[in-house]
Amino acid sequence: MGEAKPSEVEERPKWDNKVQYLLTCIGFAVGLGNVWRFPYLCQIYGGGAFLIPYLIALVFEGLPLLYLELAIGQRLRMGSIGVWNAISPLLGGVGIASMIVSFLVGIFYNTILAWVLWYFFHSFQNPLPWSYCPLNESLTEYNVECEKSTSVNYFWYRETLNITPNIETSGSLQWWMVVCLASAWCVVYICFIKGIESMGKAVYVTATFPYLVLTIFLIRGLTLPGATDGLIYLFTPDWEILKNPQVWLDAATQIFFSLSVAFGGLIAFSSYNSERNNCERDAVLVGVINSATSLYASIPIFSILGFKATTAYNSCLQENILVLTNHFEISDQNITLDNYKQWFKYLNETHYEAVTSLQLKSCDLQTFLDQSASGTGLAFIVFTEAVKEMPASQIWAILFFVMLFCLGLSSMFGNIEGVLTPIRDLKMVPKWMPNEVLTGLVCLVSFLTALIFTLGSGNYWVEVFNGYVGSVPLLIIAFFEITAVIYIRGMKNFSEDLYFMTGRRPNIFWKACWMVISPVMLLVVLIAYVVIQAQQHPSYPAWNPDYDLFPQTEQTPYPDWVFAIIVLLCLVPVIPIPLVALYKLIRRAIRKPSARADPNPYCNDGFEIETHVVVRRRS
Amino acid sequence: MFEKILFLLFLSSALAQELCEPGTSDGYKVRFSIRTALGSDAYAWNEDEKFLFRATLAYAMRKQKSELQFEVSNVIVCGETQRVSFWFVVTSPLNATRLISKVDVESAVRKSRPRINSAFLLTDKTLEFVGISPTLAAPVEPATPPWLIVFGVVMGLVAAGIVALLASSLVQRKRRKKEAHERHTQRHREENGSANEGVYNMSFSDNERVTQM
Repeated sequence: MGEAKPSEVEERPKWDNKVQYLLTCIGFAVGLGNVWRFPYLCQIYGGGAFLIPYLIALVFEGLPLLYLELAIGQRLRMGSIGVWNAISPLLGGVGIASMIVSFLVGIFYNTILAWVLWYFFHSFQNPLPWSYCPLNESLTEYNVECEKSTSVNYFWYRETLNITPNIETSGSLQWWMVVCLASAWCVVYICFIKGIESMGKAVYVTATFPYLVLTIFLIRGLTLPGATDGLIYLFTPDWEILKNPQVWLDAATQIFFSLSVAFGGLIAFSSYNSERNNCERDAVLVGVINSATSLYASIPIFSILGFKATTAYNSCLQENILVLTNHFEISDQNITLDNYKQWFKYLNETHYEAVTSLQLKSCDLQTFLDQSASGTGLAFIVFTEAVKEMPASQIWAILFFVMLFCLGLSSMFGNIEGVLTPIRDLKMVPKWMPNEVLTGLVCLVSFLTALIFTLGSGNYWVEVFNGYVGSVPLLIIAFFEITAVIYIRGMKNFSEDLYFMTGRRPNIFWKACWMVISPVMLLVVLIAYVVIQAQQHPSYPAWNPDYDLFPQTEQTPYPDWVFAIIVLLCLVPVIPIPLVALYKLIRRAIRKPSARADPNPYCNDGFEIETHVVVRRRS
Repeated sequence: MFEKILFLLFLSSALAQELCEPGTSDGYKVRFSIRTALGSDAYAWNEDEKFLFRATLAYAMRKQKSELQFEVSNVIVCGETQRVSFWFVVTSPLNATRLISKVDVESAVRKSRPRINSAFLLTDKTLEFVGISPTLAAPVEPATPPWLIVFGVVMGLVAAGIVALLASSLVQRKRRKKEAHERHTQRHREENGSANEGVYNMSFSDNERVTQM
């Protein structure tokens, strides 16, 4: 059937099938945090006991917010700005806030992916470059900085980041990092080049491959010596910890950031769905799979960390054994790891002064297990240290970094979508510009902005962004989201929307959560978070080779100008909310209100009444 | 006669004992960790192994000072322990009471270290000369850093993919425009009534009475 004239309204892109949509949402939610933040929290907050606040937060805060976002996007069929504009023109700022946060998070998140790529490229060498120290210039001994810390630390801080001693010293652009960053953005671009057509195919790989690798690591990890020590350490519940309010706060924030709500990406993804899709089931599925993945990931991670602790403990003991054997001229291999304790007791009793003069190291497995880390420290220092002790280390390193890359890439899709869809919906793009060019422009601008993170002080800036952009603004946006839908659009209207889409009205659980429990929880978490952050002057761990206690990191307070930037980063995303509301109010007061420009065909009241009649007639 | 021979023997061994003492300033301490290195294939330390050590060291001294003909008897071992550690000194072949200086012994050992190690199937760590630190093995640096090769392969694929996808979407768009243009001109022709191109379709002509779609 030919078209009378080129249609002005472009067909909204659609998912090829339900699986693509689910995999995209799951991929967006399941990210690096599931692998390197959740196991750490589990460990420091009394293992199995942490699951209780975590699951409570999931059920009462995570799932309702997730369901809300997916439902509103699917019903109003627009990106984040369009949706909030449709609910009330005064709320357009919420969408702009989501867009800004998505952009800011996207630029530092892709820098982490650039680091993962760097390690991936280096995993093809034998021996692994982080397993040995390079020689100094005169080739007489090993590099001093590497000797004092470890080869793994040296490779991360010096050869990868070439980090400066503090955030004020910017250093210069590290060319190898720029190259890796460009590669990361190129990979994001190629997956996004045709919008959700190409991305929908990419998620088949990026969303499923991490599970395959986690299973492989699970099998490998459980067979390593010391794995059980790690697992016992992780899961031993310490019920006393539940009395500490910090635990509840961290559980709530972890669930919130883990599900990637308030970025606008989920709204955009569900807007490409057909109208009568059961979003309730999707939301519960995505939320449960996200938490299950966190749990599933913590098992291989902690098996391998247990292995690392055991290896370090055994090396410590071996050093002591060598010292004792050499000093007391005992036959080689008479003292072994098994009988070390008896030998030590015997020697201590018979030759007390000699043994004390040797200054043996005290080796304690608990201390090694306590050396936990989260975030980049876990992936690039702790895990690489463990991997180099495993046989066939290259394979494990390659698998691990490909998994991290897939996890991060599928989350990047959501971030980019959260930037692109509002731009398209706002119709800020000239008609002649095809989508590929727009996507390319967004990637290019993001790449150029992210060059800050390739400076010598880049890692410090990533920590600043990670800690402050992706926290308070998101909480504020989520609070406005839930208020907008439930109180401004109205619970009744929203119930009718859900009835239209899923065929049944929301039950008492959802209603109670949306109206009372979730907003209250969000408010409490937000206030508690701000209060705790405001209590101490923020500081950061700096890698300073001239520090007295090197190789420990030096806790340096942020200088004032960085502190000002931090405050800006928290405020700039949320400023549009009041600004846009003010602007719209002023405009409304200046000229008489006329018909809304660009009415959203899906948000027309008359249309809604009709559907009631139609539905009733059909049933 | 017999007593003289006995006396000389005692004298020589006493002298040898005097020359070599644990803690001597002209000799080195050696430590063997055979069981650590070889595990179940470990050989027992006995007089034959000691002989091999003395012979290997004589070889090392010969290589270092090619003008002197060192013999096994020039290497004296003392202070043996159960650890398998002992001290050794090297005497000059010209004068049995004069010891070769520590510096010369050290350079001889450094020069022939790999040969000494392999004679005993040991490594720098398991055959330790206390005071002579092993020369560090410089890590092998290939001409092109391997990471650049992997990077080149990956980025080549990605760039090729981008170009291919952009080209295919350009081609698709051109095709769509051409089709739309063709359909547009075809309809113009039908509307104008010139049915010279194409077959005159009876059923279509009926439709002219009905509202055009």
